[in-house]
Amino acid sequence: MRPETEAELAETVAGLNGPVRIVGGSTRGVFGEGQELCTTGLRGIELYEPGALTLVAKAGTPVAEIEAALAAEGQRLAFEPMDHRGLLGTRGEPTIGGVVAANVSGPRRVQAGACRDFLLGVRYVDGTGQIVKNGGRVMKNVTGYDLVKLMAGSWGTLGLLSEVSLKVLPQSEAETTLAVRVPDVERAVQVSSVGLGSPFEVTGAAYDPAAGQALLRIEGFADWVDYRTGRLGALLAEHGDVERVGESGAVWRAIRDVEMFHGTTGDVWRISVTPKEAPGIAARAEAEKLLFDWGGGLIWALVPEGADLRARLGAFDGHATLVRASEETRASLGMFQPEPPALAALSNGLRQRFDPRGLFNPGLMG
Amino acid sequence: MEMPKPDPGVLARKAKLVERLLKVLPKDAVIHDEAETRVYECDALTAYKCAPMLAVLPSSTQEVSEVLRICHAAGVPVVPRGAGTSLAGGALPTADSVILGVARMNEVLETDYENRIIRVQSGRTNLSVTGAVEEEEFFYAPDPSSQLACAIAGNIAMNSGGAHCLKYGVTTNNLLGVTMVLMDGTVVEIGGAYLDAGGLDLLGVICGSEGQLGVVTEATLRILRKPEGARPVLMGFDDNEVAGQCVSDIIKSGILPVAIEFMDRLCIQACENFAGAGYPDCEALLIVEVEGSEAEIDSQLAKIIEIARRHNPVELRESQSEEESARIWLGRKSAFGAMGQINDYMCLDGTIPVSALPMVLRRIGELSDEYGLPVGNVFHAGDGNMHPLILFDANKPGDLEKCEAFGAEILKLCVDAGGCLTGEHGVGIEKRDLMLHQYGRADLEAQMAVKDVFDPAWLLNPAKVFPLEVSEARRAARMAAE
Ligand SMILES: Cc1cc2nc3c(=O)[nH]c(=O)nc-3n(C[C@H](O)[C@H](O)[C@H](O)COP(=O)(O)OP(=O)(O)OC[C@H]3O[C@@H](n4cnc5c(N)ncnc54)[C@H](O)[C@@H]3O)c2cc1C
Ligand SMILES: Cc1cc2nc3c(=O)[nH]c(=O)nc-3n(C[C@H](O)[C@H](O)[C@H](O)COP(=O)(O)OP(=O)(O)OC[C@H]3O[C@@H](n4cnc5c(N)ncnc54)[C@H](O)[C@@H]3O)c2cc1C
Repeated sequence: MRPETEAELAETVAGLNGPVRIVGGSTRGVFGEGQELCTTGLRGIELYEPGALTLVAKAGTPVAEIEAALAAEGQRLAFEPMDHRGLLGTRGEPTIGGVVAANVSGPRRVQAGACRDFLLGVRYVDGTGQIVKNGGRVMKNVTGYDLVKLMAGSWGTLGLLSEVSLKVLPQSEAETTLAVRVPDVERAVQVSSVGLGSPFEVTGAAYDPAAGQALLRIEGFADWVDYRTGRLGALLAEHGDVERVGESGAVWRAIRDVEMFHGTTGDVWRISVTPKEAPGIAARAEAEKLLFDWGGGLIWALVPEGADLRARLGAFDGHATLVRASEETRASLGMFQPEPPALAALSNGLRQRFDPRGLFNPGLMG
Repeated sequence: MEMPKPDPGVLARKAKLVERLLKVLPKDAVIHDEAETRVYECDALTAYKCAPMLAVLPSSTQEVSEVLRICHAAGVPVVPRGAGTSLAGGALPTADSVILGVARMNEVLETDYENRIIRVQSGRTNLSVTGAVEEEEFFYAPDPSSQLACAIAGNIAMNSGGAHCLKYGVTTNNLLGVTMVLMDGTVVEIGGAYLDAGGLDLLGVICGSEGQLGVVTEATLRILRKPEGARPVLMGFDDNEVAGQCVSDIIKSGILPVAIEFMDRLCIQACENFAGAGYPDCEALLIVEVEGSEAEIDSQLAKIIEIARRHNPVELRESQSEEESARIWLGRKSAFGAMGQINDYMCLDGTIPVSALPMVLRRIGELSDEYGLPVGNVFHAGDGNMHPLILFDANKPGDLEKCEAFGAEILKLCVDAGGCLTGEHGVGIEKRDLMLHQYGRADLEAQMAVKDVFDPAWLLNPAKVFPLEVSEARRAARMAAE
């Protein structure tokens, strides 16, 4: 099924008599039961006002098309969505609906915010085939409940997005990265905290244990990037040898897309954690490879196939998502961290109200 | 503004309810004397007043939970209250309701600079959150003008913004977690000192839910390091439209000022007379502020001034000193007070796409002539959040009604221009009945479904946000169930 208009999409959903797997570009064929319902027929940028920093697009629009349109005006998606194809070994064109449905944000999330923070409005079709809108295309909007946030990161389980409206930001003129040599993750998190707690607006703070370097990115106009890098470098010097990486675009793309894990075998987990807890959590993960982003707040872990990482971690403040694994492992461990009963009751309640027939990606989130 | 009729059944159970509440709260935390409950009869939308049946002032999450459990069992509506500064009537009680005030819960629970968070009880005022971390040169970014008085509880419920949100975002972008009590007394913890809570983004929908989904008792907030410095530039134009174009060009240029504030002639004059800020005599004034080191500020302001020059400003003044900066801001910050000196006013909060600014300002001017009521415009131009202030005379019969009708037309105009009814103050009772202008019934049905899940009995702040006629069936079902 591949509807080409919102009305057609609504009709299709209304006529369903069994579950569907919603796919955008299918950069990873989402597992689950049911027929495939593909959104790529809903394609196109509907409005782009660079002077108002807003863009509205149909949900099946390729991310690449949006990024190209923005680049032509010197703007970008500031939340830096990652490209999962390398990590998951998939092909296809990622769509903006998929990015929003999965609330995909990259390294700049620590400073600029997540995908959900840039989402201004949505249109979607609920499980009864009803078209619903929420939010709009203005920066500030508190008119009624914020279902926009709720839809971001709902993985299609609450509704099928037909249109999204996003806040965009100017690209930065220049970018520099400071690499600080550190012996371990404790020190890496410390260094990141110094950077992120400085007035120099660090827009990326990552640590690759294999390279033994904590990386801190500064972006902006060329003259101030220079100044800030100098000041920050001086601050960090007492924590380790500091080196300046000039052209660091590729470095951050590699972190964003977890390139260190490409071509490996084993399961990939994504752990969201309080930065200070990162060293402890990382140790408990007993991982083959680790990558730290968001100043320690995001840990990518590569573990042997089938390993129950959540059992290894035990209870902690945060959550672990299974990103890459066999169908059996995903079925047995579940992709998402189970919620405490009271929250699970709310989430299930919402899913039942938005999709009473249980049509959309059933079982994916709970 | 219509409110539901008080439920006589609930009123009849008052004595019993007081008795039960006194078992879980200290005596001074249960206010039932009619003279004393009047303290809670309104918020900052003072045109509407109604004393609650009771008010309670719990001191802990546990006490909040017990109060809600009791009210839930008794089928009594509860209206959460922070500091009562809502401009939308969000904290307005009904005569059969219990006001649950969180003002006594104002402790800092944890500050953690390494993780860049602070955890507070929700009754703490906005400004005192920054106050708690200032020593270490940190701050909490959302800064509503009411920040001295308003509580984090109300900020979360309204998803409040401030003058600096162009750069730092509003409450929802700076909120990491909450402890919240559901109407049946269940305590839930959502999110925490990490980014992006797992599962569905419940935090996202709780923020801005106007006290209708649960009572927030604690919050984990993101704190940021203060910038090295800040400096404003003041620009005057002889045409609103040109000023609007200048705003758009600045934004497009890649510079992200922390604030771009706009004032029209009426406001400029009022502020000048009130505060003597040294504003020029012109049609439109912009205050643009940037942050950073001295050198960064210089380079950003140079770029901004270059853009402004292309629009033939009648005045272009970069602040040369701290005192001058303070004077430039003094005028803007006293805008509401200055307008209040001229007459009573009603403050609207519609938001529009920046590109629609000239059209909307022109139309507001025309409507002002039609209604015979003057309007001053002062607002956050960078994000299109307008604050038209309609002047009227509360003592003149019919003036308030005329003002309300005029206000409704302006808000509809904002929606029709591609914007929304409210950018930061919330719907409350004030814009409740205009919701169907922005949303269809199915859209509101989806929002009410969220409340059905969190508060199936529709007891929490039930008469707000949704037009009464739209929420009627749900509220009636609750009464019938009693
Ligand atoms: C198993 C798996 C794990 C992933 N893990 C992560 C992760 O840990 N972190 C991360 O940031 N990203 C993750 N992603 C996101 C994903 O890989 C892509 O980056 C993104 O979804 C690209 O869009 P797409 O069109 O290829 O989406 P798809 O792969 O087609 O779909 C992604 C998800 O979004 C839903 N979806 C797609 N379009 C719509 C729509 N229009 N309306 C409603 N729902 C829709 C799908 O049902 C699916 O749940 C993961 C995806 C999968 C399948
Ligand atoms: C002079 C003035 C200037 C203002 N400037 C701004 C501004 O610049 N930006 C802006 O956004 N707003 C502004 N406001 C509006 C107002 O200050 C904000 O809406 C503020 O967040 C309200 O906070 P409060 O604690 O006073 O909440 P209250 O008025 O007590 O309540 C507001 C809403 O929150 C709910 N609520 C309160 N406590 C809880 C709780 N514990 N759990 C769940 N729900 C709760 C209430 O039920 C109500 O719906 C201004 C108001 C005034 C009077």
